[in-house]
Amino acid sequence: MIQKIAWKNIWRNKLRSIILITSIALGIWAGLFMMSMTTGLNTQRIGNAINSGLGHIQIHHPEYTKEYNPKYFIKDTASLRQTLSQLPAIKSWSYHNNFTGMIASPTGGYGVALIGINPLTEKNTTSIHTKIISGTYFTSDKKNQIVIGEKLARKLKVELNNKIVVTFQDTANNIISGAFRVTGIYKTASSSFDESIAFLNKKDLEKLAGTSSIVNEVIVFLDDVTDVAPTKNKLSTSLPMLQVRSWDDVSPELGYANELMSIALSVFILIIILAMAFGIINTMLMAVLERKRELGMLISVGMNKRKVFSMILNETLYISLIGGPIGIIGAWATINHFGKVGINLSSMGKGLDSLGIGSIIYTKLDSQMYLTITIVVVLTALLASIYPSLRALRMNAAEAVRQN
Amino acid sequence: MSLIQVTNVHRVYNETDIPVSALKGVNLSIKEGEFTAIVGPSGSGKTTLLNIIGGLDSATDGSLEVAEKNITHLGTNELIDFRLNNIGFVFQAYNLIPVLTAKENVEFIMLLQGWEKNKREQRAMQLLEEVGLKEKVNSKPAQLSGGQQQRVAVARALASHPKFVLADEPTANLDSASTNNLLDIMVELNQREQITFVFSTHDQRVIDRARRVITLEDGQIKSDIHK
Ligand SMILES: Nc1ncnc2c1ncn2[C@@H]1O[C@H](COP(=O)(O)OP(=O)(O)OP(=O)(O)O)[C@@H](O)[C@H]1O
Ligand SMILES: [Mg+2]
Repeated sequence: MIQKIAWKNIWRNKLRSIILITSIALGIWAGLFMMSMTTGLNTQRIGNAINSGLGHIQIHHPEYTKEYNPKYFIKDTASLRQTLSQLPAIKSWSYHNNFTGMIASPTGGYGVALIGINPLTEKNTTSIHTKIISGTYFTSDKKNQIVIGEKLARKLKVELNNKIVVTFQDTANNIISGAFRVTGIYKTASSSFDESIAFLNKKDLEKLAGTSSIVNEVIVFLDDVTDVAPTKNKLSTSLPMLQVRSWDDVSPELGYANELMSIALSVFILIIILAMAFGIINTMLMAVLERKRELGMLISVGMNKRKVFSMILNETLYISLIGGPIGIIGAWATINHFGKVGINLSSMGKGLDSLGIGSIIYTKLDSQMYLTITIVVVLTALLASIYPSLRALRMNAAEAVRQN
Repeated sequence: MSLIQVTNVHRVYNETDIPVSALKGVNLSIKEGEFTAIVGPSGSGKTTLLNIIGGLDSATDGSLEVAEKNITHLGTNELIDFRLNNIGFVFQAYNLIPVLTAKENVEFIMLLQGWEKNKREQRAMQLLEEVGLKEKVNSKPAQLSGGQQQRVAVARALASHPKFVLADEPTANLDSASTNNLLDIMVELNQREQITFVFSTHDQRVIDRARRVITLEDGQIKSDIHK
């Protein structure tokens, strides 16, 4: 019956209870939604970076990554191929030969990374072929094709089918240049990527440089991101002569940003939780103090402190346990919805582009996070209800039942 | 043998700037089955005395025995249990839990005592019938008149089978018809079931029906008349 009284008590002041329930629900909703935006943002940023060329794992000659000199290439591609094909976690891989060079048009020249690819195998790995906004991603019959980013094309003031001059240093440190025709222009979520990376046919580059087929870089994609660490370890043991790095080894700043965001998020969540706790304390205290007489009467007629305490505690918990699930379910629904349709932020999309996120954010949240928040909310509600409940015990029976 | 034995009780309120001496050596003995009114001018110490007898307040000095048990030095929790099992209370107002029906209000006290549901309901119904509220068992306090609310309070006070019932100005908020009705019920319960009532009042009609009238003045007993 004490639970029943508690339950009925919270509806005595409907408006106040509803306001408290709503603010708890909104707090949770906002917290979870913020988290899902950040998680979505990060996942997209990392996913975009991985798909547009980072890959899950990269393999190089150990000297290559020191100064990115193309003369350090992987010699034993046969055993490499065998190792890669034996690991079931690996979905696909592609070979690159990379040169640093310059691309010049009549209006100017810009330093870029030239990535030599095999257009056929590349399509199984990186996603650049899906980002073509004009032209095609290499046609099979023509020589000296180049695919450049939209931003670089704008800077060079070149259009599709224009010729540009590509200059680079070959494996023997000779300066080599050749004319290439722009057959495709791509646009990824990252404008700095689009500005600085050009794709060429690996064979054309090798022909210009007068070398045989060389591999500077292997980009490996897995089916499941969670396999990255174990697969990296297996590859390192099987390929002791080569350097094997995971995406976060290659691009640690992606991980740092993750950490930064989660710190900012924790502060945000803490603020929400504190606001919630104070809301609960304040409202319940009010509810207790305005019922001074009644609580005094209950203590007078023989309701012991444990029961009075548990009655007020129950009232607070009921309110939190209504507000909490509403917030969590609401958040789940919104996050699911925007996880599918995305939130279009193109009005501020320029900034997001340069961060490599894209202008549409797809919200996303681990189910683990829902559980964590549920526990945090219940604990907060419990802790916040202790003070008003204790305050109810301080009622002096004799004072409370006095009329004046 | 007395049910309530008050010996040389003093009560000084020290909470204020100037200490107020509300009771100045009260000696009093009340036997089982009495129907006693405590009267006196406003501020004479009636509420203070009733609160001390009821274990709601403690004497600054002196001792109190209820049913041969000295309760002067009981701790808060022991006192709450003592009140629950030995004393029925009727206050001037705010007696009932607003969210519960009349029946649930009466049951509540038995619930605190750990009665099982069937027995609780049965006794609540019976008591409400005795105070003439058979038709109102499922009404909430707000749906009852002041007199009806006080009758529910009397039923509630009796539910725990207390040794006596304390009532501080139970009729102060009632019109004369309700006052008479409530008194009829109290007198009836006193005569038929030997329920001991101790109540304070200002109301001459109530004083007229008491069988013993104790008059307080300035914290001391001025007269004690058995009729
Ligand atoms: N908490 C308190 N602090 C200080 N003085 C108090 C307190 N409670 C009561 N008093 C004083 O003690 C005296 C007795 O008060 P009490 O309430 O017992 O009188 P009463 O006879 O019940 O009066 P009434 O008929 O107005 O109800 C009064 O002078 C009152 O002002
Ligand atoms: Mg009084």
